[in-house]
Amino acid sequence: MKQLVRAFIAISLVSVLLLAAISKLNDTQGYSGDNTLTIYNWGDYIDPDLIKTFEKETGISVVYETFDSNEAMMTKVRQGGTSYDIAVPSEYMIEKMQAEDLLIAIDQSKLPNLKNIDERFMNLPFDPGNEYSIPYFWGTVGIVYNHSLLGGKEFTSWNDLWDPELKNDILLVDGAREVMGMGLNSLGYSLNDTNKEHLREAKEKLDTLTPNIKAIVGDEIKILLANEEAPIGLVWSGDAADIMYENENLDYVVPEEGSNLWFDNMVIPKTAKNVEGAHRFINFILDAEIAAQNTEWVSYSTPNKAALEYLPEEMVTDERFYPPAELTEKLEVYENLGQENLAYYNDLFLEFKMHRK
Amino acid sequence: MNSRLTRSWFMLPYTLWMVFFVIAPILLVIYYSFLDINGQFSLANYQKFFTPVYLKMTFSSFWYAFLITFFSLLVAYPTAYLLTKTKHSQLWLLLIIVPSWINLLLKAYAFLGILGTYGVSNQLLEAIGIGRQQVLFTDFSFIFVSVYIFIPFMILPIFNSLNELNPTLIDAANDLGASKWTTFTRVIFPLTIEGVKSGIQIVFIPALSLFMLTRLIAGNRVITLGTAIEQHFLVTQDWGMGATIAVFLILIMFAIMAITGNRKRGV
Repeated sequence: MKQLVRAFIAISLVSVLLLAAISKLNDTQGYSGDNTLTIYNWGDYIDPDLIKTFEKETGISVVYETFDSNEAMMTKVRQGGTSYDIAVPSEYMIEKMQAEDLLIAIDQSKLPNLKNIDERFMNLPFDPGNEYSIPYFWGTVGIVYNHSLLGGKEFTSWNDLWDPELKNDILLVDGAREVMGMGLNSLGYSLNDTNKEHLREAKEKLDTLTPNIKAIVGDEIKILLANEEAPIGLVWSGDAADIMYENENLDYVVPEEGSNLWFDNMVIPKTAKNVEGAHRFINFILDAEIAAQNTEWVSYSTPNKAALEYLPEEMVTDERFYPPAELTEKLEVYENLGQENLAYYNDLFLEFKMHRK
Repeated sequence: MNSRLTRSWFMLPYTLWMVFFVIAPILLVIYYSFLDINGQFSLANYQKFFTPVYLKMTFSSFWYAFLITFFSLLVAYPTAYLLTKTKHSQLWLLLIIVPSWINLLLKAYAFLGILGTYGVSNQLLEAIGIGRQQVLFTDFSFIFVSVYIFIPFMILPIFNSLNELNPTLIDAANDLGASKWTTFTRVIFPLTIEGVKSGIQIVFIPALSLFMLTRLIAGNRVITLGTAIEQHFLVTQDWGMGATIAVFLILIMFAIMAITGNRKRGV
């Protein structure tokens, strides 16, 4: 009994010491003051140096957290456990969050740098008048492929992937809407189709692709493609730009039948405690030089027109990543299809994943 | 009277723990399993579970969990037996346990490199003249990596029961003219069956709901109940269906505990 009590006291003492050490460390890094800003962003989606620059410029200390899906982000914001001041959801999620009253309206008068954003990316259907969101990055979904492994084969259409010669050559990103979208597009249907017969047809078409599919993976797809584990991948444009930088044999194409055009925007969630700081951060990111630096690091396409001047010429004239308006008009933006349709997409995607070779 | 009172005070932390962290969550899971996607009370999720998609998933989860357990046992029993014969068995045991202290995610990423097209495993295959094979994203790699991860948990209980085995019993069997094989099947194995049973429990139940490895190592070519639960909670946000699958997993778990449970019989 005496030993038990002694062990108990020892553990308590160690815990108290650790707690004191943590709070001491937090103090020296300035995390405990009121002047913090909590940012909730996708992984690998900001130049870490910019956070330091922002902290130096404003005296606000930044707490930075990451998520890997819009849905996971929304779940955490809805629970409200952490006071996120900034989040970066995609367009359909912004619509959904706004409908659920999870966003705080943005005061545009506090954002003088907003003039830098290209008109093309303002006032889009998911947030008319940009009341709740400010563009951060944008891009497409397409095919990344390896010239040297495929012996100079070119891709122009989604249907090229169904070539029987490409056995076991394709990696897909683990996203229901991306993969189902590929099936729908290859049949000439819309990405936002909710007709159950069309969706089933798309799923059956995808089943016939199974012999060509090597794996359906998450963020690892970048490493796998860069290491030439497989010659073909279904990816987001920015990921493609990132790995093409690492491996020169890779090329990116947005298939002619159409594909997804997406926008990630900055929002201020209802959980925000530092709304003033959030506006300062958004304005900071909108600055032309800052946006250019961020774009070079992240390699996604920036909506910041003024930043283009500061970026390398070959980067911004690359139509694969900065497609002109007449091309993007053919692409579709995801709509918020509602819970029930989303569940149906996911059920079909699950069935597709279970389809064996 | 007084001592009984203090004793029930000592029970308090345990009871609270059980109520808040075991019973309440299970009740919550059961409650959610009766809610459909719109939050209405319904049995739709249970109906959905008995459609071919989920039944197939259940069977394939079982099949893979069975294979993983089988191969773990196949490797673990002889290993544990040899361990009891070695001089520094505690040291060897420690070496076997050490890898289980490394984070699962790190180990999985390491295997991505090892089993990849240009990884060590393929270099080895080329060196011995078999040539490059696709190892990653196959059933083989999934089972291999899972067995690797679960093996320490299988070895430990078997080692313990082998260690507790009274060596005079084996001597007795020898004296009575039993062959080595008979000694093993009639004496050693029956006396260590409890260790094997707990090893099976520790491996089979988590193997049923493995989810991260199914994506990283099997490239989503293997879909288990765990994968489906993860997807329903995080992506579809159909908590009802996720909870329903969890209810079935809990039921299956109890069934396995009952089958492999420690029924003490007179030895």
